[in-house]
Order: sequence, then structure tokens, then C-alpha cells
Amino acid sequence: MEPLERYRPIVDDFEAFLAACERSLGNAVRVNTIKASVDRATAALKADGVGYEEADWNPRVLRLETDSPGSTWASFHGFTHGQEEVSAVPATVLDPEPGERVWDCCAAPGGKATQLAALMDDRGTVVANDSNLGRISALRFNAERLGATSLAVTNDDARNYSLERFDFDEFDRSLVDAPCSCEGTIRKNPDALDGWSEGYLDEVSGIQKGILGRAVQATREGGTVVYSTCTFAPEENEAVVQHALNKEDCRVVDFDLDLEHSPGLTEWDGQEYDERLERAARIYPHQNDTGGFFVAKLEVTA
Amino acid sequence: MGNDASGGESDADLTQNDGQRFGRLPATADERTVEGRVSREAVVDYFADRFGIPPETFDEYTFWEKGAGKIWIYAGSAPSPIAIEAIGMTCLRTRQEHWKPTTDFVQRFGREAEECVIELEPEEGRAFAAGEDQELERWEGDWGYLIAAHDIAGELEPIGVGLYVHGELRSMVPKGRQREL
Ligand SMILES: C[S@@+](CC[C@H](N)C(=O)[O-])C[C@H]1O[C@@H](n2cnc3c(N)ncnc32)[C@H](O)[C@@H]1O
Repeated sequence: MEPLERYRPIVDDFEAFLAACERSLGNAVRVNTIKASVDRATAALKADGVGYEEADWNPRVLRLETDSPGSTWASFHGFTHGQEEVSAVPATVLDPEPGERVWDCCAAPGGKATQLAALMDDRGTVVANDSNLGRISALRFNAERLGATSLAVTNDDARNYSLERFDFDEFDRSLVDAPCSCEGTIRKNPDALDGWSEGYLDEVSGIQKGILGRAVQATREGGTVVYSTCTFAPEENEAVVQHALNKEDCRVVDFDLDLEHSPGLTEWDGQEYDERLERAARIYPHQNDTGGFFVAKLEVTA
Repeated sequence: MGNDASGGESDADLTQNDGQRFGRLPATADERTVEGRVSREAVVDYFADRFGIPPETFDEYTFWEKGAGKIWIYAGSAPSPIAIEAIGMTCLRTRQEHWKPTTDFVQRFGREAEECVIELEPEEGRAFAAGEDQELERWEGDWGYLIAAHDIAGELEPIGVGLYVHGELRSMVPKGRQREL
């Protein structure tokens, strides 16, 4: 927990935050509406004798009362997909519509890409990309299990991604669910902080800036880009968005989120950020008894 | 069943199938430009003839091939050919005498099926999902690939593809999809 000490000045009720980070997290699933309605999925869970609780902020997210969420009929049929509750936030903020062209830059293993497809009623095009070929096989497995027919899977570095292979040259929306130091997953992976170093923050934030920049460029004017990480470090969050604001044509915009959260930071470690970064959301584990996440929504302005 | 050998073109004019790229299926056999490639019409007819899935089900989808006889179904937009990792989901294998739908395809589209659907009892359903073969003498329909389904919360739900021969139903659920439920 030591690396988290640096967030004492920015987290309200820091002791509750630390205590939450030490508690392990239960099993949550997302209802895959490509294959089943919420009613059908919950009826299948009931038939299996599996208890559940619906998340207040999103009826498609269920907290399960079982230790083996993967061995239910609901899961076998692809009615449900194991996905941490806060990890269901970014796709709902991107809010894609049926028929649109959407880019998921860092998509493996596919929890959010298949959620985007479901939000689009599986109509339109979700380009699900990842630079790691090994993780692409997990992405493909999940896409097929969940019956997502609107996914096109590519294996490239998002930083210099080319759209030449497609018959369109820009996206309506893009999701950058960036590789990160994963501090917010500590409740699922107790060793998440083991390799923590400031040097890693520098290295990964360079990659994050490159990916977000490319995502803004590849998205049409008036289109939306969502930037998210499962980490608390401002170097990987507000500083990355600030870099995009400086270099690309985009601005931070508001979004509604019915989960308790804190505003994005406007300063950290002597650096000042655009005031509009307050519109980003920092979700801490003690606020809703979940993992941690950062989400910012951008509008492309040219 | 379902083969598409009726096209009159000479194979000499056709290019070889390229295993690295996805090519969109031609609408009909007459429009074929790649050797051995089946047509969209043949695929849709197969699902209708074998399983009674209405052809309109697929009106808003395109079908693609990568590698010999592995057919994919896609709802999005893409030019043909295209070299990417995956396009939609795999739905059918056509380069063998009997065409074989995939487990994930029948889970996604098999609710529309009205023929060649075998209904399993709870224990049989569990065995099928675990990948086990089982004696099932009661089936009086066609032999070959069937959709195995079971009742879940009052509605019939397809589990996967089974091969029915000589009174035995063999589960075709791929290893990675098998579960002990
Ligand atoms: C947080 S994970 C994505 C999780 C995924 N969005 C989901 O919901 O299942 C970050 C991913 O970024 C990928 N990645 C890292 N660097 C990348 C790059 N330069 N271009 C594309 N993907 C990259 C990693 O392989 C990893 O799969």
C-alpha cells in the first residue's frame, strides 16, 4: 500500500480509502444484451440458484453472490460477462449509437469492446485493436462467446494506427482504455503495486499520450473520445489529457455518472491543468465499494 | 448437403484463396472469383434448409471467408479483401462434405431455428456442455449436425452443435468452451 501514500493530499477520507483497498472485491458481471435482456439473464441466474444484486447506477451490472461466476448457465450462454463494476463505466460515458464507427484502441481482452457492441445493439462497426497478439486471442474468444458480430479485430500499435485498410477514414467515437500502472485493481490483484516506480509512470505516460493523441486525430470533428485508466496517478490521468489538450483539437466535456466520484484534479506536484479537467471523474474504491478508475470525456473540435 | 458445386465457371479463371485475408462471399455462385469459395446464397440456404432459420435473419449481415472454408458473419463495414485478425464471428465450416455451424453461432442465432433442434433434459444438457457424448435413442429426425437446446427459465435456449449418428449425440462444444455446470 506504500505507493498509495502519495495520494493522501487528494483523497477525501484517506483512511477509508486505504481500508477499502485492503478488502478483496466480490464478483460482478455485466449482462450481455446482445444475447439476453436483463430479465432473461436474471431469470437464468435464479434458475441456477445464484443470488445477485443490481447496481443502482446501471441495471446491466450485477453483483453476484457466488465464488464461481464462470460456471453458471448464464455465463455459458454468454448472457453475462465477468467485468468489474467500475470497468463498465467508460463505455457508458462514450455512449455509442447503433450504426456508428467506433474505435477501441486498447481493446484486449474485450470487456469494453463487447460492451460497446452491446450498447450499439450489435449494429455498426467496433474496431477492437490491441498491440499484444497474445491478448488478442482472449479478445476473440470473448467476442465469439458473447456473440458480437460488429467487431473487427486488429493487432497494431495504436500510436501510429492507420485506417487505410478500412473503407472509411475516421471514427465517430474512440475509447482509449490505456495500459497503466493499475493501482485501482489492487482489490483484485493484491500484487498490483509490486513493481511500482516513478520511472514506470514516466514510461507508461509517454505511451498513453501517444495513444490518446492518435485517437483524437482518428475521430471526426464533433466526435467523442473517452480516456480511461484503472489507476490513480495524475501523471497517467490528468497530465495525459492535458497533453492532448495542448497538442490536438479537443476539449474536455461534462458527463453524467450516477456513481459517487471525485472531480479530476487541476493541479498536482507543482503542475497546473486546465480547469475543465474538473469535469473528469476519479472513482475511488471506498466511494462505491468497487475498484478505482479515472474517466475523462473529450469532444473533438476540428 | 449445402454444397455449391452448381456454379458454371471454369476454375482456371479463379484466384486461389488467400489464408491471410478475409474475402467477402459472392452473392451467388455465378459471381465467384475465388476458387472453392461458397456463395452467400448457399450459406443462407443451408441455414434455412437444415435448421429452418428464416433467410431474412441475415439481411443485415455479410459473410466472409479466411482460410479454406471458415466462414464468418459480420454486421459492420469493411472493404474486401481485408487483412485483419477477425471480422465478426465464425459461423460455419464449408470445406468438408457436411457443413458444420459453430457453437457460438448457434448460441447467437439458433433461437430462430425450427428444425434439427434436439431438446435435452437438464442432466443431458450438463453433459453436453461438459463436452460429453451420450446415447440418445429418442431422436427420430435427420442424422448429422443438430442444434442441442435446453429449457432455461421457461424458454428453449441453444447450447451448441451436436453430431447425431447411430443413436449417439456427440458434443461439438470446443474444449475452451466446455464447462462443468
Ligand atoms: C487496460 S488494458 C485494456 C482492457 C480492455 N479495454 C478491456 O476492457 O478488456 C490495456 C491494453 O492496452 C494494450 N496496449 C498497450 N500498449 C498499446 C499500444 N501502444 N497500442 C495498442 N494497445 C496497447 C495492452 O496490450 C492491453 O491489452
